[in-house]
Amino acid sequence: MTGKPTYQRPMLVRHQAGLMNKLSRVAGMRPLTEIDGVPVAALVERFGSPLFVFSERSIVSRHRELRDALSVRLPKARLAWSYKTNYLDAVCKVMHREGSLAEVVSEMELDKALRQVAGTEIIFNGPYKPEGALEKAFRAGARVHLDHFDELARAEAVARRLGLAPKVALRINMSLPGITPWSRFGFNLESGQALDAVRRLRAGGVLQLAGLHAHVGTFVQDVDAYRQEARKLSELANLLAREHGVMVEWIDLGGGFASNNTLHAQYLPGEQVTPSFAQYAEAIAEGLAALALPPGREPTIFLETGRALVDEAGSLVTTVHATKRLTDGRRALILDAGVNSLFTAFWYRHDVVPAQPFAGTPEPTILYGPLCMAIDVVRDQLLFPPLSPGDRIVVRNVGAYNVTQWMQFITDRPAVVLVSRTGEAALMRRRESVETLLAQEEVPAWLA
Amino acid sequence: MSLPRPSLTIAVTGLNATDNPAPGVGVIRSLRAEPSFGGRVVGLAYDALDSGLYSREIGLDAGFLIPYPSQGVEALRERLRAVHARTPLDVIIPTLDSELPAFIALEPELRSWGVHMFLPTRDQLELRSKARLGELGERAGLEVPAQRVLSDAGDVYRLGAELPYPLVVKGVFYGAAVVHGPDEAAAAFHATVARWGLPVIAQRFHAGEEYDVVAVGDGRGGMAGAVPMKKLLLSDKGKGWAGVAVKDPHLLEAARRFFTATSWRGPCELEILKTGEGRYLLIEVNPRFPAWCFLAAGAGQNLPWAVTRLALGEQPAPLTDFKAGTLFVRISLDQIASIEDLQSLATAGELLRAREGP
Amino acid sequence: MDTLQRLKDLAVSESGFVFDPHSGQTFSLNETGRAILEALKRGETVEQIVTDLRQGFEVEPGADLGRDVHEFLLLAREQGWPVPQVEAP
Ligand SMILES: Cc1ncc(COP(=O)(O)O)c(C=O)c1O
Repeated sequence: MTGKPTYQRPMLVRHQAGLMNKLSRVAGMRPLTEIDGVPVAALVERFGSPLFVFSERSIVSRHRELRDALSVRLPKARLAWSYKTNYLDAVCKVMHREGSLAEVVSEMELDKALRQVAGTEIIFNGPYKPEGALEKAFRAGARVHLDHFDELARAEAVARRLGLAPKVALRINMSLPGITPWSRFGFNLESGQALDAVRRLRAGGVLQLAGLHAHVGTFVQDVDAYRQEARKLSELANLLAREHGVMVEWIDLGGGFASNNTLHAQYLPGEQVTPSFAQYAEAIAEGLAALALPPGREPTIFLETGRALVDEAGSLVTTVHATKRLTDGRRALILDAGVNSLFTAFWYRHDVVPAQPFAGTPEPTILYGPLCMAIDVVRDQLLFPPLSPGDRIVVRNVGAYNVTQWMQFITDRPAVVLVSRTGEAALMRRRESVETLLAQEEVPAWLA
Repeated sequence: MSLPRPSLTIAVTGLNATDNPAPGVGVIRSLRAEPSFGGRVVGLAYDALDSGLYSREIGLDAGFLIPYPSQGVEALRERLRAVHARTPLDVIIPTLDSELPAFIALEPELRSWGVHMFLPTRDQLELRSKARLGELGERAGLEVPAQRVLSDAGDVYRLGAELPYPLVVKGVFYGAAVVHGPDEAAAAFHATVARWGLPVIAQRFHAGEEYDVVAVGDGRGGMAGAVPMKKLLLSDKGKGWAGVAVKDPHLLEAARRFFTATSWRGPCELEILKTGEGRYLLIEVNPRFPAWCFLAAGAGQNLPWAVTRLALGEQPAPLTDFKAGTLFVRISLDQIASIEDLQSLATAGELLRAREGP
Repeated sequence: MDTLQRLKDLAVSESGFVFDPHSGQTFSLNETGRAILEALKRGETVEQIVTDLRQGFEVEPGADLGRDVHEFLLLAREQGWPVPQVEAP
């Protein structure tokens, strides 16, 4: 029986004006010991560290939240899963099971999607669609969204050769206040290029213009951009009906909703700034109110929401490999996962929490990855409780773009698991090894 | 009818009264000047050295540190819960732009604890955001300067003819710099992003006289009170160091139109420029009290007290009169404090003062 | 000035708040940090300090107290405290 206090590493903090607030996120920080009921420790024991863990429950509930927010305002709205955000087969399966189409931007993504859904359930975007890819898409009945005049001509040639008259859409770019225009994709609205493309397409007599598409950007926190985008595309659709005899069947508003992450160049945390799905949907519905097509001819509205659907579902579990004291007094942790796995560390101040109960006074801490490169910083400067080697940390909201943009650089990529709604965990992608690397390599005969 | 509320406890944020002062001290002095208020005032501060915590004059009954807005809603909720447990609060008056989203998010929950605020809604806050000044001007029927939102530094090289130099480069929350060319604008863009993040606004610069109006909207489109002021003296940071209450009906009309258009709920500060040709341009709306709001109380309109009553669900009669020519002249003075106060704030995050006398 | 005297001048409160009357700086210590400062004021060596900590606190197996104390003393020196030079453990 002892009444002794528990030992903690001794700490000494000098007070500095402007930094004298011991209340930090740590005050409200709770360890994340389980993911959907499965202990983090058990996951690591079974699948190793570092480890990406996805919550099926979260994917499904975000998907339904967005679908519901849309359907109460826009009965003909549908989602198309943006493959580039996360194209693991299992993740795509969940999205398709929930009713999403597939939105792809390369032949590789197209091939991947064709294994999962009918061609008619695929939207094919992007500036690079070689002939072979166009042929495959047209044969399968996919909706091809044309990006530039050369592509228009190429698509006509392919369709003519196949003896098909496919329905296609035009990608439109436009200037919106406060948004850096993505003018490199599609046909510009304000300059009249979009209408030129309409005339050119109709003159070709091969393709049928059936849709309009735009994508205003990514991580767009201003719902007003969507109101204006929807209004401008609606006005264009009205004009096409009025003056060109074209009745569009679909309007695709692209993706770009912000997730709950916090950009480096953002003062307030994402949770306080990011609009809700309902707010985005409301703005879109207001913009689409400008549509004036005959009754019964209302177009289907597509959204290609990517990160906002899947970011929250993904966590990266990583292990503290070592702790260090930097010369400026900050504590540094060296983790077993770095920017090679967590590409989004370049964009976000990621939310990180210990995976086990913790004690001790929080200190200014920097989180480094395992790479022997100065860029390998997982989190720059945060107040974090003192952890020891072997402790685990969960990086939250990492479900979007990491499992596609990660790099095979210096070390192999970690495994990815899915936790089911009943608390079962299973692999979605195996951890890489040196064999993965070698499987692609050849040594020229003269060196063998 | 305002009943005397001797037992009310009001918490106020923004206590850092430096040479670029936060509004908290002015708000508290206004409350203390209200004869029917004999209650307690609690300071909510962000740093153990926030100067208002050490002011004997404003007579804080307690001071507590709260987490920075960048720490998120959750951390603030937990801290306010702990503060409320130590010192039950009736009203909170937040006074800083950057903390408003979090307090707005917490308003329903705080109400369920019995803690009241009188804040704009998230939509109102959004509509008066600097990035949407043009839209606001249109809705309220007020002239505004041309402006553009910058999302990267390259944008400054693409500003069209409608935005000739000089320009004012502004951050979303705070900060404004007058620049005379694209390189200077790009530098100001980077400096602003580093401090306040995106977006950044480039606004057309107009020469003229600047006026500020402190005002309170009743949340139903009406004006609960307003006092316009002309700065007489600026600090080297460009902050008003002395000013005088003025009675220009155009300024009051601008505030009235703003309230009609937005149904604004709570305090605000309108910055209005009067050009040489006598045009009135709305430059900016700050969604909180200005630091000089004690002038309004001195001139006859105790606006922080009006906000307190509105927060409590009362409907005070609109304040319409004030004494033009009332001056404020700021002064810096060194307060004497003890290391024990600093110790208590730095280690426990709180400072409790025994009340002297009844 | 005598190092021990300078150490003794560091005013430590119950809550771990330290005021250095020589430099005017203020600091926060956690409980173990406070125990180390008190031990330094008594003129203890690193070994004695480690023993003290083992006696005064519930220590988890595997904790490297020698290293922790060493690191603390380095940090204290950087802050200008009159801490005796120590060898790495
Ligand atoms: C055409 C298109 N659609 C959808 C998306 C998905 O965007 P987000 O993940 O921001 O929703 C992107 C991403 O850049 C895109 O380029």
